[in-house]
Amino acid sequence: MAISQTSAQPLASTADIAVSVRNISKKYNQTEALRNLSLDFPKGELTSLLGPSGCGKTTLLKIIAGLLDANSGTVQVGGQTISGPGPDRAFVFQDFALMPWANVIRNVAFGLELRGIAKSEREAIAEKYIASVGLTGFEKSFPHELSGGMRQRVGLARALSVNAQVLLLDEPFSAVDEQTRRKFQEDLLALVQNESKTFIFVTHSIEEAVYVSDQIAILLPRPSRVSEIIRPSSFRGKSVDNIRRDPEYLDIVDQIWASLRSYVE
Amino acid sequence: MFILGYKLPAMSSLILWALLWEAIGRLELTFFVPAFSTVIMTLIELVQTKVFQKALSETAYAFSVGIGASVLIGIPTGILMGKSRLLDEMLLPWVNIFISAPLTALVPVLMVLFGFGTKTIIITTALFAIWIIILNARAGVMQINRSLVEMARSFGAGPFTAFYKIYFWAALPEILGGVRIGVIRAVKGVIIGQLLVSIVGFGALFELYSSNFLMAHFWAVLLVLFTLAFAIAEFLSFLERKVAFYATKR
Amino acid sequence: MSAVIVFSAWEIAGRVPISYSFPTFLESMAALAVITLDGSIFVAYAETLKPLVTGIAISGVLGVGIGLWVGLSEKFEWLFAPIFIVMQAAPLAALIPLLVMIYGIGLTSKVFVVCIMAMPVIVLNTASAVRNTPVSLKEMARSFLANDHEVLLKVIIPAASPIIFSGLRLGVSAGFIGAILSELKITPTGVGDIITFSRSIADYPTMYAAIFSIILLAVLFLNLLEKLENYLFEGNNRGYISD
Repeated sequence: MAISQTSAQPLASTADIAVSVRNISKKYNQTEALRNLSLDFPKGELTSLLGPSGCGKTTLLKIIAGLLDANSGTVQVGGQTISGPGPDRAFVFQDFALMPWANVIRNVAFGLELRGIAKSEREAIAEKYIASVGLTGFEKSFPHELSGGMRQRVGLARALSVNAQVLLLDEPFSAVDEQTRRKFQEDLLALVQNESKTFIFVTHSIEEAVYVSDQIAILLPRPSRVSEIIRPSSFRGKSVDNIRRDPEYLDIVDQIWASLRSYVE
Repeated sequence: MFILGYKLPAMSSLILWALLWEAIGRLELTFFVPAFSTVIMTLIELVQTKVFQKALSETAYAFSVGIGASVLIGIPTGILMGKSRLLDEMLLPWVNIFISAPLTALVPVLMVLFGFGTKTIIITTALFAIWIIILNARAGVMQINRSLVEMARSFGAGPFTAFYKIYFWAALPEILGGVRIGVIRAVKGVIIGQLLVSIVGFGALFELYSSNFLMAHFWAVLLVLFTLAFAIAEFLSFLERKVAFYATKR
Repeated sequence: MSAVIVFSAWEIAGRVPISYSFPTFLESMAALAVITLDGSIFVAYAETLKPLVTGIAISGVLGVGIGLWVGLSEKFEWLFAPIFIVMQAAPLAALIPLLVMIYGIGLTSKVFVVCIMAMPVIVLNTASAVRNTPVSLKEMARSFLANDHEVLLKVIIPAASPIIFSGLRLGVSAGFIGAILSELKITPTGVGDIITFSRSIADYPTMYAAIFSIILLAVLFLNLLEKLENYLFEGNNRGYISD
């Protein structure tokens, strides 16, 4: 297979790197999940981790989040080596991870609650982010009263409300229907544009990765390593309606499928 | 639980507890707890005696008749309730009442009606076991995936074929689960019945030992009962996993 | 509706009569009215509820405590879970004669009976609820910087509370069985006394009335608990489903 073994793309300077993963290895009992993996995530951009199931992309994301410990290697966020979860990162979960006993506003404000911010203040902040994800009027609703898409908006608002520099998204749209998913992808692009945050996005959808990413890291399994880094260039500046028609978009989708197809059982 | 990298079997802590029991007994802290080894010795003697064998066979008889009746009546009733709305509305409130009712209160009535004997104990056992069996069989039939039934019909299965090729198997995990819980309840029921009637089976044995303060004998019988009950429960859940292996993956 | 049918069947069966010791429904209800009016049933219930309430309170506090502990720590699970698993399967009623020998025929024995009946299900439910807290919720709390204490208080306990509560309800149900069993087996007090006494003087309507009332009470109370449970934890079991 003709896959070029690229390490990190040349970038302007190290100051532009928000998250830097160096020589990470992770073993679960006997199976090697990640081996000596290094990867840089540029500041203010969205990087996708894409690969077949079992390639360790969620493992890598959880190591960056500080939820899992690597067996060796370091993760630096903003130049600081991490040793667990921190206020500089916020996580969006695949299954939303909403507390079913708490209403929307308490769910959104939960991160702030854990930081000891007073109730009135944190609810004011939560209110703002609930509005920004378009859920105004649902503050007092409970998760079971919301659709899947709305639940993930709550998850997103919760992650935004703690104002972390790095947002970690673990297949956030895999549990919502296709139309909602498209809307989410457009909203995500707008979010990357407007907020100067760094996004790390795990997905198994090739189209989704190409559509939303500034940089795509292809992970191959057993043990997981970065096989390729792709930086789409020509269609990033265009309007969201034209991306899926762009020749480069289509080429990249095809190219990724060509390199992944043999890993799909 | 891991020790030095080895996984300890789930129930292995019971050995530790048996050792503790032995220690308490050896130290003679209390008259009521003889050493574990003494109890085991007594147990070995005891199981060879006629009295014990008689109690065991009486209990086993009442237990199996009670369980047999609850299974034979309970499963069809539950299936019918799951299929017929009218029957369901008639019976469900009663099943729900009896499943949570303190059935011990009914034993005096049974004693008056059926005498101080095996008959009362059989009925007590059945009363403890039957409701959950009915309820689970009903739930099993009601949860059957519609598309599974439609699949069978689309391939030309008649009602009878559909019943024993689809309904039975689709509801089997729940039915077996109900029988397992029913059996556990029946074990409790048969002992409660015997205790209250107190002249049959282990009930009589307990009276005898406790009035003569034969502690080792008492504990030996308890040990037999608890071990048997636990073994039955474990065996049934093993069986359930074997037969209804597809239960969790539907 | 079906109540009417069953009660008429009882009435008819009583009139036939199946057995002279089988009173009709109306006779039993009349007897119930009598013991209610002369107040003896209230005195009896005050007596019956004493070991029941004490026992449930003790096993509730202790059971949830041990359950949390067993659910959180693998070591304690290894050590304690087998005991409660065996207790759950075993006919614990067989311990009654022993309890009587040790603690006599007073209140202590009865409280103990209620406790041993109610505790296993409370402990096991609590432990499994704690152990089965959705992993993503715990990770969520940790990623938003919760410490262990906060994870326990703000995530694990709220997430486990529906199952803990239903464990308590099952415990109450088992406690009722224990309370009545101890009144019938150890010493006749309270409702058990009415049942035993009226049986000995062949006053069967009163005996049926007492049994009817205790079953009614237990069923009503347990249904009330179930309603409360559904009300309190309405969305809890549906919140995780991603549809």
